[in-house]
Amino acid sequence: MSNMILLGTRKGTVIFDRANGAWRPRPIAHEGIPVCFAAHDPRDGTLWSSLDHGHWGPKLSRSRDGGASWEDVLSLKYPQGARYIVKVLPTPDFDPEAPAGKPEYAAATVYKIWNLAFGSAGQPGRLYAGTIPGGLFVSEDGGESWELNRPLWNHESRGGDLFAGDATSENRWQGTPASIDYGVFEPGIHSIIVDPRDPDHIHVAASSAGVIETTDGGRTWQGRNRGMLNDYMPNPQAEWGHDPHFVAACAGQPDHLWQQNHCGVFYSDDGAKNWRKVSLPDAGVHFGFPIAVDAQDGRNAWVVPARADSERMAIDGGLFVARTSDGGQSWQAFREGLPQVNAYDIVLRHGLDVAGDTLCFGSTTGNVYLSEDRGESWECLGNNFPPVYSVRFG
Amino acid sequence: MPTVTMTRHLYRFFPVLKDRPITVSAGSVAEVLREVNAIAPGFTDYVLDEQGALRRHVMLSIDEALVLDRQTLADRVPDNGTLYIFQALSGG
Repeated sequence: MSNMILLGTRKGTVIFDRANGAWRPRPIAHEGIPVCFAAHDPRDGTLWSSLDHGHWGPKLSRSRDGGASWEDVLSLKYPQGARYIVKVLPTPDFDPEAPAGKPEYAAATVYKIWNLAFGSAGQPGRLYAGTIPGGLFVSEDGGESWELNRPLWNHESRGGDLFAGDATSENRWQGTPASIDYGVFEPGIHSIIVDPRDPDHIHVAASSAGVIETTDGGRTWQGRNRGMLNDYMPNPQAEWGHDPHFVAACAGQPDHLWQQNHCGVFYSDDGAKNWRKVSLPDAGVHFGFPIAVDAQDGRNAWVVPARADSERMAIDGGLFVARTSDGGQSWQAFREGLPQVNAYDIVLRHGLDVAGDTLCFGSTTGNVYLSEDRGESWECLGNNFPPVYSVRFG
Repeated sequence: MPTVTMTRHLYRFFPVLKDRPITVSAGSVAEVLREVNAIAPGFTDYVLDEQGALRRHVMLSIDEALVLDRQTLADRVPDNGTLYIFQALSGG
């Protein structure tokens, strides 16, 4: 059982400890600084927070003493020569049929370090980070140095090797609305899944591109979006341009992957080779951001449904968690302990986590809820936290 | 020698710069910032991006003249000048 929960919030890192059966928050760390993701490295106990300074740029912060002290990690940077093809936010008069103009290029700089993932036990120093604008970074030394994964950055779906010169193919990745705060419209990598059976097998997910897989440690990458539907695009089954909000896999059955996006809940039981839509709009299970998967049985997943899509709030003023135990064929809604009137919460993509039978989620309204019975009943851990961006068990 | 004055918010991250005059050699804005970084390692990571350009919500002025070259920071800070480092203010 986990005894720690880390929250990334708009005003800092909140750590809960479990002692004598009760969860208690510590005083906030990184006071006043937006923290878009916080996590615990299970291999050595290091705590990580991704700081989203409004003025001073994104920074990683690391604690090697359980959160007593933190240090800046300033080493994650795009290398000289890293460029991308600038995406322009479509305007109302945007014509998707118009011939593409000459690409415009920009030198890459990190806008947001959106997600962190940890390597296998056999790779003690390996860390992964996903960024806006769409970079996957790898560290082999616990964050002292980072390297951009160039095969993914130079992928033919993004225009090819822009270090070497101008684009040799069309850029088919779209921008994420999450990038607009930084004055750009570029993609972002928010999900990184390392296969526990094979550390060279990794899935990443990018908004707005889709799921991408490597089976050779990042030397080559393939899109894995077959079966995905993007029903607001001219071609709903296009290979690229999907907007997975978050992708999660079952640790014990890594071929079982789940995602939720604007167009439903999607499930794959064959390692993302094929996805199928498993949402039930009549039951409220359709739109939302986070998804969590059981660590043992990949048919079990949880979502926190929201009213789609432009409203982004709890459905009919009542907050609930839905669970499936059969790969999405049926869903059960659980409301015990959650507010059923005047609730307008939205839970963001990293805002839900599971550890064994315990689940926790936090909302942008600053409410944090915990369940110790697989989501069937909930207790409130507090109503006055800052807007919550991420929840991860330690 | 030129001096450097900055928003007090930066002292939180670089307490070594607090309550002391910061005097540097005359030179380009980029060179001046590198000298501050020598006193407070990591400082340039806060005000510049990895391409060496000024971060979007940071403003500089040399005395009363805003620094317009935000990419290469080639403007010269004269011997008797002051480089001011501001942040744009934003809400809660």
